Amino acid sequence: MGIQFNVNGKAVDVKAEDDTPLLWVIRDEIGLTGTKFGCGMALCGACTVHLDGAPVRSCQTPLSAVLGKNVVTIESMASNPVGKKLQAAWIAHDVPQCGYCQSGQIMSAAALLTAKPNPTDSDIDQAMSGNICRCGTYPRIRAAIHTAAKGA
Amino acid sequence: MSAVLQDRSRRHFLKTTVAVSGGLLGSGLIVGCASMSSMSTPKSLPPSAFAPGAMPNAWVKISPDNQVTIINARVEMGQGTFTSMPMLVAEELDVPITMIRVEMAPAKEPYINTMLGGQLTGGSTSVREAYDPLRVAGAQARALLMMAAAEQWKVDAASLRTENAFVIGPAGQRASYGELAEAASKLQPPKSPQLKAPSAFKVIGKPVNRLDTPSKVDGSAEFGIDVKLQGMMYAALAQCPVIGGKPISFSGAEEAMKMPGVKQVVQISDGVAVVADTYWHARKGLNLLTVKWDEGALAEMNSAKIDAALKTAAAKPGAVFHKSGDTDAALRSAAKKVEATYRTPFLSHSPMEPMNYTADVRADSVKLYGPCQFPQLAVGLTAATAGVKPEQVTIQTTFLGGGFGRRIDVDYVIQAVEISKAVSAPVKLVWSREDDMKHDFYRPISSTTMVAGLDAQGMPSSISLQVTSPSVTARMFPAFVKDGMEPFMLEAAVTPYGIPNQRGSVVIHDTGLRVGYWRSVSHVMNVFANESFIDELAAEAKKDPVEYRRALLAKEPRYLNTLKIATDKSGWGKAAPAGRSRGVAVMEGYGTYIVLVAEVSTAKNEIKVHKVTVAADLGSMVNPNIVRQQIESSVIFGMSAALFGEITMKDGVIEQSNFHDYPVVRMNESPEIDITLVANGEKPGGIGEPVTALIMPAVANAVFAGTGKRLRNLPLRLA
Repeated sequence: MGIQFNVNGKAVDVKAEDDTPLLWVIRDEIGLTGTKFGCGMALCGACTVHLDGAPVRSCQTPLSAVLGKNVVTIESMASNPVGKKLQAAWIAHDVPQCGYCQSGQIMSAAALLTAKPNPTDSDIDQAMSGNICRCGTYPRIRAAIHTAAKGA
Repeated sequence: MSAVLQDRSRRHFLKTTVAVSGGLLGSGLIVGCASMSSMSTPKSLPPSAFAPGAMPNAWVKISPDNQVTIINARVEMGQGTFTSMPMLVAEELDVPITMIRVEMAPAKEPYINTMLGGQLTGGSTSVREAYDPLRVAGAQARALLMMAAAEQWKVDAASLRTENAFVIGPAGQRASYGELAEAASKLQPPKSPQLKAPSAFKVIGKPVNRLDTPSKVDGSAEFGIDVKLQGMMYAALAQCPVIGGKPISFSGAEEAMKMPGVKQVVQISDGVAVVADTYWHARKGLNLLTVKWDEGALAEMNSAKIDAALKTAAAKPGAVFHKSGDTDAALRSAAKKVEATYRTPFLSHSPMEPMNYTADVRADSVKLYGPCQFPQLAVGLTAATAGVKPEQVTIQTTFLGGGFGRRIDVDYVIQAVEISKAVSAPVKLVWSREDDMKHDFYRPISSTTMVAGLDAQGMPSSISLQVTSPSVTARMFPAFVKDGMEPFMLEAAVTPYGIPNQRGSVVIHDTGLRVGYWRSVSHVMNVFANESFIDELAAEAKKDPVEYRRALLAKEPRYLNTLKIATDKSGWGKAAPAGRSRGVAVMEGYGTYIVLVAEVSTAKNEIKVHKVTVAADLGSMVNPNIVRQQIESSVIFGMSAALFGEITMKDGVIEQSNFHDYPVVRMNESPEIDITLVANGEKPGGIGEPVTALIMPAVANAVFAGTGKRLRNLPLRLA
């Protein structure tokens, strides 16, 4: 008997220890590698997933905290209306460079647009400043969020 | 300046690879200026090397179902080679870019970067080096396909044309490239096929969307950290807190082995690894180890000692790399002498993907998988470490989650090889962010003293620069260091300004801390000094910084043009918005002419960059969309160094560990960026790096314009 929860709508039963960060469960146990490890201290946002709809840093979310909950990762964004619009806008603006942080960026942006369908620049600053991009794709992320919002 | 291989035969490549493994890469290389003509012939591999697929040359592979694959020999770390390199081939091959598949090159002789003398991605060389040979490769492949069709249809090849990967005959015959590929691969390619005139380009110069974007928005792009092999185990590594230290002994292995999933604890040359069934298990096991270290030479070192030694070294006479006129005489007769010293700190690269690598070491072969900028070095060192021949090592390069120069060094690759060898299984080694920040090869510290003599009108009659800094090249490619200097410390060190008497000198000073190439390399230290200093001279002369520069650039049309564009677009000469001021910097780097204007505010002594205006003249461009990305990227990457970046040491240990104590620019600090690109048909310039170097002096100059305070040390701090 492990810890049961849902990932992208599917029930999973994970036998890892309670204190295992959700990030490594998603990556190593469940095999969904779109969610990335960046800092391990919730400082960079590369590991962002949704937990019952809210954006969380999975590197600092222990497995015990997800019991019975719904986890959503980048892999399911194509089947989420907001996620799909964001991915299309990301492609239209050619946002990614190295691309490593982009799963986390899109997950944070999806949470933002779900809560605020027409975000201002300051809403974007607030929602997105926890996600570091060393390639400096911020101007395009901002533009892509506005484009996705307009497509709502 | 660049390096070229003297002998590009396969035998020589292997010899070089072997030399690499002995840390002697320089021995197979010469320094020189690689002319485009010397690079215009693509290398061919024997067809047998690619059996059974049809491969007309090293760059193009065409399957019977007409899938065209283009081999990309320059690793993709964000800078766009996955798109720009295939565009060059596709243009001449006459295949729509949307139809092609891109495959990363193995480590082999045809894929050597002739500007750097090794299979290495760096130095903003990718497009510059490939611009001619990849077009020739595409044209050769197309010619072969047409020759095959001509033979088949018994017609003159000159009567054929191509369209969307089909050869079309005079009587309307059609054959796909796929149908012709096998026959084409048996023919001898023309040595100098006709290339398209730039006016006929359908792909080159167009802002094509990146080919890697779709996979980077849905989580499917494979980075090194995502590699998974059958039977693979995960490793976490304890490294000495003091860089260069080695393990003497360790305890706690028994406790670690009792932890769930832990398989083995092994000592390697520079650390102790815990190997487990998952990464988290490996890391938890690692927490139970206590390692006794021989801390090595840096054990007692700290930043204050390093700074003091740098200051002492800076007072020595340097090796002279540039001299015109007589600066001493000019200074004696100058109306005024101005002197200033500028400093830059150590920096970490901190790409978003921490160092990681996967190795599968067997008795007679090694397979490598992961992110690395220098596959040839990885293969050479792996062969020596694993005790196999370089030919027995294969390498598969994934996407890199950032590089910025860090992944030119392959320490983490060799660690993975050692661990895999010790446990006789495929192993993925993953560093923590703390490992990454504390075990980098740091961007060198520097101290640069500038001296100028001004005439009665305040114009410079002489200028001299002495830069003192560690040399990355002295560590990595010692053969490049000659007469106390090396080219990768002297980029943009000679001012473009028309000043009659000039002198440049350099002191190579090893601080003991290992240093690495960092985005835009020595342009940063040299341009921070040159462009801050010229601003100081303009202020001494009570002249507008742009007018002052313009007067000294009268014979430099590409500078003047970009200066005019950037200053016009930035609103230079008109009042800045309330509370803001502007600063300018100019540079030619990697063949690209750039002018950057920064608009900043300094309320509460906090420097905020609001707007950045860039004009860049690249000569010729392959993909203006990617060029814009790289400029945006360099501005923001450079801003992190301008405003925050500083690595310091205490008791031999790097004090910074993660993004809380090594902050980088975030969304809320990201400025508006306005870019104007200039293409004038000149040779293509590099763009992956150079803009990085301009933001620092431009911001410092803007701060001076707003506050009257001259900041000469990076990072820029008002309080």
